[in-house]
This record gives sequence, structure tokens and C-alpha cells, in this order.
Amino acid sequence: MESLIGLLVAAPLLGAAVLLVGGRRLDRFGHWLATGLAALSFTFAAVLFFDMLGREGADRALSQHLYSWVPVADFQADIAFQLDQLSMTFVLLITSVGTLIHLYSIGYMEHDVRRRRFFAYLNLFLAAMLVLVLADNYLLLYVGWEGVGLASFLLIGFWQHKPSAATAAKKAFVVNRVGDIGLAIAIFLMFSTFGTFAFGPVLGSAEQASEGTLTAIGLMLLLAACGKSAQVPLQSWLGDAMEGPTPVSALIHAATMVTAGVYLVVRSGAIFDGAPDAQTVVVIVGAVTLLFGAIVGCAKDDIKKALAGSTMSQIGYMMLATGLGPIGYVFAIMHLVTHGFFKAGLFLGAGSVMHGMNDEVDMRRYGGLRKYMPVTFVTFGLGYLAIIGFPYLSGFFSKDEIIYAAFAKGGTEGWILGGVTLLGAALTAFYMTRIMLLTFFGEKRWQRDAEGNEPHPHESPKSMTIPMIVLAVGSVGAGFFFNLNHNFVDWLSPVVPTADGDSPISHGMVSVAATVLMLVGVGAAWLQYGRRPVPEVAPTGRWITRAARRDLLQDDFNHAAFVTPGNYLTRGLVYVDHKLVDGVVNGTAAMFGGLSGRLRKTQNGFARSYAASMFGGAAILIAVTLLMRAV
Amino acid sequence: MSPENYLHLSALLFTIGACGVLLRRNAIVVFMSIELMLNAANLALVTFSRMHGNLDGQIMAFFVMVVAAAEVVVGLAIIVMVYRSRHSASVDDASLMKL
Repeated sequence: MESLIGLLVAAPLLGAAVLLVGGRRLDRFGHWLATGLAALSFTFAAVLFFDMLGREGADRALSQHLYSWVPVADFQADIAFQLDQLSMTFVLLITSVGTLIHLYSIGYMEHDVRRRRFFAYLNLFLAAMLVLVLADNYLLLYVGWEGVGLASFLLIGFWQHKPSAATAAKKAFVVNRVGDIGLAIAIFLMFSTFGTFAFGPVLGSAEQASEGTLTAIGLMLLLAACGKSAQVPLQSWLGDAMEGPTPVSALIHAATMVTAGVYLVVRSGAIFDGAPDAQTVVVIVGAVTLLFGAIVGCAKDDIKKALAGSTMSQIGYMMLATGLGPIGYVFAIMHLVTHGFFKAGLFLGAGSVMHGMNDEVDMRRYGGLRKYMPVTFVTFGLGYLAIIGFPYLSGFFSKDEIIYAAFAKGGTEGWILGGVTLLGAALTAFYMTRIMLLTFFGEKRWQRDAEGNEPHPHESPKSMTIPMIVLAVGSVGAGFFFNLNHNFVDWLSPVVPTADGDSPISHGMVSVAATVLMLVGVGAAWLQYGRRPVPEVAPTGRWITRAARRDLLQDDFNHAAFVTPGNYLTRGLVYVDHKLVDGVVNGTAAMFGGLSGRLRKTQNGFARSYAASMFGGAAILIAVTLLMRAV
Repeated sequence: MSPENYLHLSALLFTIGACGVLLRRNAIVVFMSIELMLNAANLALVTFSRMHGNLDGQIMAFFVMVVAAAEVVVGLAIIVMVYRSRHSASVDDASLMKL
């Protein structure tokens, strides 16, 4: 059974290699090959899952040691996989959503001449993401971490002929680099503290390390998580990442890769449990991002960017839950999985709408599409109900648990966090209802595209609708299934520490409050966008709307805080280099040049003059010798 | 007679030779002055050999003579060639080896 773990990773990796090396002769069936290998990987995952179910809680973890990568004295870097319940959850999510999105991409990318390459990158992403969640040490995790970063870069910039896409890819790469430095430093700290970076020894002996060290490691891990999961302050790349093809946004920038940060923090739970300060920072980051993403999502007219804001906000929820410690870990993962389903579904729905509307992304130019795209409407609608937390759908269960856990933090903090998460729920309902109303309801506000073609909205092909339907089913049922008999909590509790919080308000009250606030959000959105016609050109709006349209000035902030000072710094350094460093070097050269010019005059070609200098030199040598002897 | 007188003579001959090399322009005379310096050195070597009572200095003098003979052969040939090409045996005229 263990050997299947390696094959799980090998299948998509092989696909990527074959498709990239194979060249044009694979153009005809390359996409089917990639989809087949993704499905094969999912099959392996399913086999491993059922095998795992056959064993009892503590015995469920499997491990496979492939080989020693760098064995040098005390430094042991292994290529070794570990499959426990937490990894299994991710593997199932990645391979299932990944396979569905491969299938969807066959239809979506049908007219793209570089489709084979696209599928190669998707397979590469799957392999890297599986390495990330299956690694049994932080160094191999880092390999996967960089691998998904590379795949993300390649796929955001897939339409590299568009300068905006190329720039967005570069931005994502650079911002992620900041986070990656955090992960690298965390690994260095682990090695210097524990002498190893394998999960078992590091997390097992975390309690013995000093709190200061754990806080440092925790903060560095958080920095890494912020980069990959687009959390404040490293959130700025996610909105621009929507330049990539929509399946990419669904798979990488909604369902899987951006949740890697949550995985990292939950996996490193033992470190954070020993560092309350780091936990507090995690909670603050989560809470800030939760509101930040939601506010941005409320103002964007680009359907994908609005959904990207929503993704940030939902990951903020997860991050906040992980910062709560054992009372939140399980629910962070649960929300992660349900979010993976409904957000992937929503993105695929958005892609389907764009497909039918000549790649128009501005929601103010949609309107009334429910009659023209019934399947998209229904699946998107189910995803919508799931994300806003409509009772008994996925989001309802997972989000309410997080809100409850936030209250259970206790004290003033608990009330603040509970309030923030409830406010976030209302905002979620508002922006999602806005997207729904602008896209599928109201009048047609369609416009001709740049080439003057009328849009003819139509339902997408089967290869696109089937994944949407499957994901919609997941969005509806996953939460209920997870909550049934505490399925999900029991499943994860052997590997993820759990605890019951002491909440000042009951589960029921949380649900009622969340539902009421959700209805308030829906109502507010209806008043704004449903009751009266939507203007085709966005009104100027108040200062907060204008700021939110500009991503709450994140780029302006980054520009003012880093780019401009950076420019001045480089200009200053160039000045110093020219004047000081070059001055010293050129001055030395000029000095020797002048000296040698003078010295050259002794080389006058007269043999007698040379002879005189020889005699003079010899006389001086003899005089010195005699003097030395006299002394 | 004290051997030191030979050393004085040797020093005197060497100085005359050195002055000849430095002050005269005619290559032949410069050449002769070099020979004078070599023989002054030989005289000093033989004298020291005598003073110290061993033969090292005398053997050294033989070596110097052999080298001087070889040098004369090459040097005179060069001087003859220079004279043929430049119609002058002045060392200052052949001041081409400079930057």
C-alpha cells in the first residue's frame, strides 16, 4: 500500500514531463492524457483512502521512504512521504477537484493553440501540490511549496502575450518570494534548534524549545503562509493572478494552492501551541484579511476579482481558526475543504459565463443570464448558497463552527473575533448576492466586444458543465456529511489536536446570529442591485468604495512603502558606486598611471645610462651591506 | 709585500674601468673598459686566494677568463655588425630600445 503514495505523485509528474518533452505530436490527445493521469492519481488516492478507513485511528498513517536526498553527517534530507489523515484530506481534495478542473479545461481551452502546454503545467501543479501535502519533512515540503509557486507563475502568465498577464505572473512570483524567504528561515531555525526538519522529531520535541525560538519559527512560518495564501500584508498578488485562465483561478487560486498556508500552520500546530504570541499574530492576520478581502470583494466589478476578494476573505476565516489553536484547527481544515468545493464551483461558473459572453469579465455588462445558461445558473446558485452559509449547506456548517470557535476563544478577544467573523458573514452574503444579481438577474446590459461581435450567451459544453454539477453537489452535501456524527472531527482528531472551547454563547445562537446577518447582507445587496436597475458605468461612489476598487490601496501602499524607497535606495547606491567605489578604483589606476609615466622617462635607450643605474644600484647595495655589517 | 696593495690596485683598475664604461661613447673603448673591470675582479680573486691560502679564488678567476673570452667573441661581433649597419661605433647613437 505504501508504494501507492509515490505513484500518486508520479502520475501527474510523468504527465507533465511527457507533455512538455513530447512536443506537437501530442497536441491531439495530450489533454486527455493529462486528465487521465490526474484521474489515475485520484484513483490511487481513493484506494489509499478506503484502505485507511479499514484501519483504526492511530494506525492510519502510512509512510514511504523513497531515498536519502542529502545525507551529510548530521544533516539528513530525505525524499520521504507521510500519509496521515490530514494529508489524506488534502490529497482527496487536490486530486478530485484537480481532475474535475482538468476535465473542465478540455472544453474551456479548446480553441487555445497552446492547450497541451497548459495541461502540462496543470499536471506539474498537481504533482507539486501533492509533494507539498505528502512530504514528511519541511525541506521536501519546501520543494513542493516552490513547485506550486512555479506552476502558479507559469499558469497566471499563460497568456503571456498580454502584458497584464505577464506582469501579474511576475508580481505573484515576487510577492511569493517574500513569503518563501520566511519558510526558508523557519527551516534554518528548526535545523539549528532541533538538528532536523522532519515533522516527527521537530513537532514531537517542540515543547522543549524555548518560547522565543518557537515564536520566531512560528512568525516565519506565518510569513510563508501569508505569501502563499494571500493574507495581509502579502495579499496583493491574488487579485492580479486572475489574469490567468479561469480553470487556473479555480484550481490554484481558490481551491488548493492558496490554502497551502493553512495546511502549513495546522501541520506546525505543535510549534504554534508553544508560542501564544505567534498565535495571536495569526489570528490578527486572519481577522484583518477576512474583512479586507470581503470589502474588496464588495466593490469589484470584474467577476473574477470579486471572487478573488472572496477567496482571500474565506482563507482569512481559516487562518483565524488556525490561530485559535486546538479549538479551531479541525474547523479550519473543514472550511478549507468545503471552500475548495464551492469556490472552485463558483470560479468554474464564472468561467462558463465568460465563455458564453465573449470573455467579458465586467459584471455590469452581464445581467439576465439565468435564462440563457440554466446549468451554470443552478450550479453557481448552489455554490452561492453554500458560501453565504445558507442553512444546511456546506458553508453553514464549516463557517458557523469557525464563528463558534472564535467566540470560544474567551474574554474580550473572543467577543471581538466573534464580532469580526459575524461581520464577515454579512459581508460575504452582500458581495456574493451582488455577484449573483449582477450576473444572472436584472436586465441585459450586454455590449459588443472589441471586434464588434454581439454576445450570444449559450450553455457551455458537457465537459464544462459536468465538473460544475459535481462540485455543486459537493458544495451542497459536504458540510452536512462532515457534520454528521462529527465525522470530520473524528477523522482528523488522531493527527490534529482538538479541544472544546468554552463559548459564552451556544451553537444555536451562533447559527441564528449568522443566519440573520446573512439575510441582512442579502437584503442590503438586493436593495442596492436587485430593486433598481444597475448602471452600466460604475458610479463614482464614496471614498470607501473608491478605495476598495483599488484593493484598499494595497498597491499604492506597496508602491509608497517599498517601490519608491527601493528606487531611491538603488539610485543612492548607484551614486555611491559611481562616485566612491569607482572613484577609489579609478584614482588608484590614475595614480599608478602617473607614476609609471614618470618612471618611463628613465627608459631612455642610452646603454650608458642603464649602466650608470646598475653601478649606482650596486654601489648602494654594497654600502648597505657594509653599513649593516658595521652595525 | 703586503697582499693588500694588490687589492688597492684591483680597486683602482675597477674604478678606471667603470669610469670608462660610463663616460666613453666609443663601443670599442667601452668594451675594453669592461675587460679592465673583469681583470680587476680577477686580480682581487687571486689575491684573496693567496691571502686565505686556498685555491677557490684562482679557480674562479679561470672561470671569469673563459666567460670573458666568450663575451669578447660575441661582443666584438655585435659591435662590428652595428658599425656596418650604422657607420658608427658610438653607444649613444644606438638608443632605439626605449618606449
